[in-house]
Amino acid sequence: MDVFSGTCPLTQQQLVEEYFLEHRTKVLDIAAFLDRIDRSVARDAEDDFRIVAFRRALKELCSEGSMRVERIQMVLSDTTTEPLQQRDRQGAFGAFDQDG
Amino acid sequence: MTQYIDIHAHMVSRTTDDYQRMALTGCVALTEPAFWAGFDRTSADAFADYFNRLTDFEPKRAAQYGIQHYTWLCLNPKEGEDRELAREVLDMIPRYLDRPNVLGIGEIGLNRVTRNELATFIDHIDLAMQHEQLIHIHTPHLEDKYKGTKVIVDTAAADARIMPGRLMVDHVEEHTIRMVLENGFWAGITLYPTTKVSPGRAVDLIEMYGSERICVASACDWGPSEPIAVPQFMLEMRRRGHSEDLIHKIVYENPVEFLSQSAKFNLPQRPLDAVVR
Repeated sequence: MDVFSGTCPLTQQQLVEEYFLEHRTKVLDIAAFLDRIDRSVARDAEDDFRIVAFRRALKELCSEGSMRVERIQMVLSDTTTEPLQQRDRQGAFGAFDQDG
Repeated sequence: MTQYIDIHAHMVSRTTDDYQRMALTGCVALTEPAFWAGFDRTSADAFADYFNRLTDFEPKRAAQYGIQHYTWLCLNPKEGEDRELAREVLDMIPRYLDRPNVLGIGEIGLNRVTRNELATFIDHIDLAMQHEQLIHIHTPHLEDKYKGTKVIVDTAAADARIMPGRLMVDHVEEHTIRMVLENGFWAGITLYPTTKVSPGRAVDLIEMYGSERICVASACDWGPSEPIAVPQFMLEMRRRGHSEDLIHKIVYENPVEFLSQSAKFNLPQRPLDAVVR
């Protein structure tokens, strides 16, 4: 039994009635983004670490079991433990570049 | 209208209209951690100007709309790499700690999780301990969040001087909230349109981890952000069928519990009995 089972006070039917449409559009937006990547004028980011991580995240999304958000967060995260010797940049990319 | 406290709002980056919107939606108090200006400042004098604004101009601007303004002081994690600048700013901070709206040291923490950032973070903890201040902690963004939060939590948990209940680790998400709560710290959830937690996911975290030692905030700043994100969270709580009592606990009673550990934090003028339920 999932430790968080029963923590959402709405029934599955209530969740579907209330939230299906807004999440339907999010799925379509993801599909449209991937289609856009495919029909781009230049195929120059097929192996971009963000796209690779994105596709791995989608596999987690479609996998069995709960805690999908946490699992996807970890797919996108730097899981190393040693501090960097010095700052290399200020901002973040949204996915960890293992070769970066 | 349910009153709320936004525990993390960078009002120096917002217009007076935003104070008005927050007041109109029930905000009665906010706390403003010191943060990054979007560029690295070139001298400690720039921080003196900033600290003066946080402790003088902003409280007056907020008061025009009936909002109590409190603040936290530090050199933020994004500038923590510059150890010389950090030392100059850290030397300056004690001069401001007695000002009436200063609640503690923050938002300190890590950005890219470097050795210098960690050293500056520890220096700030030392300062907070020397002056018996509350601590407000920033955790890194996106792919750096898990690593940075783990280093921060491990460092703070290993420091016997720190009482966990006097420290808030902010910007928690699904993969970091558990380690924060399990170590006895407060957890802050910040509501951002794209880079942090949506109102819907914030409600999920409340449902999964309960309402003890958790606050929500807008963390509105100069980037894409929403000053009335806390009322949006409240609306989402109602949509999910949660009670007004639970909503009030998260957006008012919890911030009061954490912030009241500073003697300078005084309850807004019209507390619980003014809430229409």
